[in-house]
Amino acid sequence: MTQSTMTESGPTPSPSALSRPDGMTGFVADWGSDQRAFKNVPWGKAMMWIFLLSDTFIFSCFLLSYMTVRMSTTVPWPNPSEVFALSFGGEPIPLILIAIMTFILISSSGTMAMAVMFGYKRDRKTTAILMIVTALFGASFVGMQAFEWTKLIVDEGVRPWGNPMGAAQFGSTFFMITGFHGFHVSIGVIFLFIVARKVWRGDFDRAVPGFFTSRKGNYEIVEIMGLYWHFVDLVWVFIFAVFYLW
Amino acid sequence: MVDAAQDQVNFVPPAEVEEVELYHPKSWITKYVFSQDAKVIAIQYSFTAIAIGLVALVLSWLMRLQLGFPETFSFIEAEDYYQFITMHGMIMVIYLLTALFLGGFGNYLIPLMLGARDMVFPYVNMLSYWVYLLAVLVLVASFFVPGGPTGAGWTLYPPQAILSGTPGSDGGIILMLVSLALFIVGFTMGGLNYVVTVLQARTRGMTLMRMPLTIWGIFMATVLALLAFPALFVGAVMMTLDRILGTSFFMPAIVQFGEQMEYGGGSPILFQHLFWFFGHPEVYIVALPAFGIVSDLISVHARRHIFGYRLMVWAIVIIGALSFIVWAHHMYVSGMNPWFGFFFATTTLIIAVPTAIKVYNWVLTLWRADIHLTLPMLFALAFIVAFVNGGITGLFLGNVVVDVPLSDTMFVVAHFHMVMGVAPILVIFGAIYHWYPKMTGRMLNVPMGHFHFWVTFLGSYAIFLPLHYLGFLGVPRRYYEMGDTSFIPDSAQDLNAFVSVIALVVGLAQLVFLFNIGWSMVKGKKSGPNPWRATTLEWQTPETPPGHGNFGEALPVVYRWAYAYGLPGAKEDFVPQNLPPDQVMAEGGEDLGAPAAQPAE
Repeated sequence: MTQSTMTESGPTPSPSALSRPDGMTGFVADWGSDQRAFKNVPWGKAMMWIFLLSDTFIFSCFLLSYMTVRMSTTVPWPNPSEVFALSFGGEPIPLILIAIMTFILISSSGTMAMAVMFGYKRDRKTTAILMIVTALFGASFVGMQAFEWTKLIVDEGVRPWGNPMGAAQFGSTFFMITGFHGFHVSIGVIFLFIVARKVWRGDFDRAVPGFFTSRKGNYEIVEIMGLYWHFVDLVWVFIFAVFYLW
Repeated sequence: MVDAAQDQVNFVPPAEVEEVELYHPKSWITKYVFSQDAKVIAIQYSFTAIAIGLVALVLSWLMRLQLGFPETFSFIEAEDYYQFITMHGMIMVIYLLTALFLGGFGNYLIPLMLGARDMVFPYVNMLSYWVYLLAVLVLVASFFVPGGPTGAGWTLYPPQAILSGTPGSDGGIILMLVSLALFIVGFTMGGLNYVVTVLQARTRGMTLMRMPLTIWGIFMATVLALLAFPALFVGAVMMTLDRILGTSFFMPAIVQFGEQMEYGGGSPILFQHLFWFFGHPEVYIVALPAFGIVSDLISVHARRHIFGYRLMVWAIVIIGALSFIVWAHHMYVSGMNPWFGFFFATTTLIIAVPTAIKVYNWVLTLWRADIHLTLPMLFALAFIVAFVNGGITGLFLGNVVVDVPLSDTMFVVAHFHMVMGVAPILVIFGAIYHWYPKMTGRMLNVPMGHFHFWVTFLGSYAIFLPLHYLGFLGVPRRYYEMGDTSFIPDSAQDLNAFVSVIALVVGLAQLVFLFNIGWSMVKGKKSGPNPWRATTLEWQTPETPPGHGNFGEALPVVYRWAYAYGLPGAKEDFVPQNLPPDQVMAEGGEDLGAPAAQPAE
């Protein structure tokens, strides 16, 4: 490992001229180098990735706790297919609302990814519009979640401390975990609007400093926003699987 | 490893990132109160942590008064005693040690030792401190609500933590849980900054394998904290819901005062798993920065490079990774599946290997070194002794068969106070004596320091060695008083009284230390920029204390590791990390591209 890319590139290389070996050797070379362990990764993006790793542990703990209490309770667990069914014309369709919600959230990941691409192409208007579409998808997801909560609480009598269908932990874990996820989506929607506004105004073209970071704005922020949004989507897939399909 | 300067004389890679503009304070308030400068935030963190730590110190006095002289102090009721225990433990572990090591030393040392101007996102860093302060205030508020603070023990085990028989189950427990959640939110903001600064904002030439071990310790501890605190956060949220909304996450069907309660079907042991998944890494969140700092103190004050630097780094990383798979050794008597005990005892004992490597390396660094018994060195040596002592009793408790009879005795108290209380706090003292000159430009008074050291060090042993013995006798912990207990001899009470007297004395000696800090700020001897003749970057700043932006016009460029002491033929017995190779040698003729003491490939 004594031969490094840095030394091979001569005494005065420009940063772009630094060739890096591929694969494991390149990985070791990056981590053994000075200044940055993740080359070409801006600070904000690194920070978002590490935050998401921490947040993954939060959601994992929530879901593992849900599985534990579901197994520890002696009262039968309510059947999700029946609880989450909606009736259209007198015919109950299982999980229909959740299917629509999931479809919407996954679609919003698509629009977000497109927003990131147009952001790097410096297409301000398309980026902003796509971000607003993403935000509206997110908002409609939260709206449908509110509808679902209302139906459960008002029509079916589900409460955090008990419900008529079975184990009390059904309501407790459901409201806690979907609530925590819905909170994440809501925060995401708010920040999508904020970032979309900045894109629209051209803040990132003029490098206006951000409020929270006090660092100069650029289009990487759209991508960082996208990382968060995709994460929230991914978490939903797990919640969907263990809550509604189990 | 990739080491440019070693292969090619004088070569340091060019800057990859252009310098970002710092926030420049415009008024006294933005400079000293709502400051975005990591050094000011560090001092704010430190003072808040020490202030709340003093509260915990007073609580420990009150507990010792009760234990040493039962039925003497009528103002200490049994309920009060449990509240003192709980708050003492919680404050010391989280609000003092975690905040001081990571928020205090982390903020001060990471940018300075890595040659950065500040943390990567100073505004978020500032927010971190203010949320931490809010968490502390909520915690303090719990002393003043009806029913007082929670008395559930610092582990807050349900179901008793939220049942009405436990002191502070009205408001105290709720405020405790809210305060913990706030602490975690605040810490996450700071912790993300520390990790990203270490990974992405080092100066030119500062490779990961040239970082001082202090930074390695703080970095790894922060990573642990970011991954371990989520479990506590989730536990706190669920217990808050149990308490406020009447959910049954942790609450089984339970009868209280002859009445069936509303709860049912929950899993109390789930909380224990969540708590200790946080709780055991927490031990290393406190210990790893102490390991790192003590390595640097020993190297500087013994004028010798740290022995086995690479091994030290990897030991830190391995300890950090292992600390996530040992948590249930705190739960041998919880009623979990006995096979778990086998697994967790094995992993626990494996952790002794990298830890022992570290201890050997500290001792080998001292071997035939030029040891200066300065105050930081005294504390560092005391740390090694205390840590070995606490570590060895850990081997007893890590084994299921030995742990079961010792569980919930004073032996456990003695063990974790030695390894997690005394040892890291000795390092904190050593670190303060070491870096105070950089923070203030003045030395701490030495005679006062010697008095403080000897009373603290000998006093800690006088307190905790007898507690090991009491534990073997079977004296249980968390008991308000023993009363008539046939298996405990009367002489045990005399030992308890002795311990209590010493505890008061050691506590009072800390006032001398606090006085020293204040007094030396005004009257202390001027230190100059580098009183210990150390190599690391924080001692090479153009101003002492370092100014805004740390390094003046140009950031330092690093040519070597942090442990270049006693190079043969060099002008001085230490070679700063940023000294260009052509200025190292005494005669000025010969270039020294590769430092002689660099570890082998």
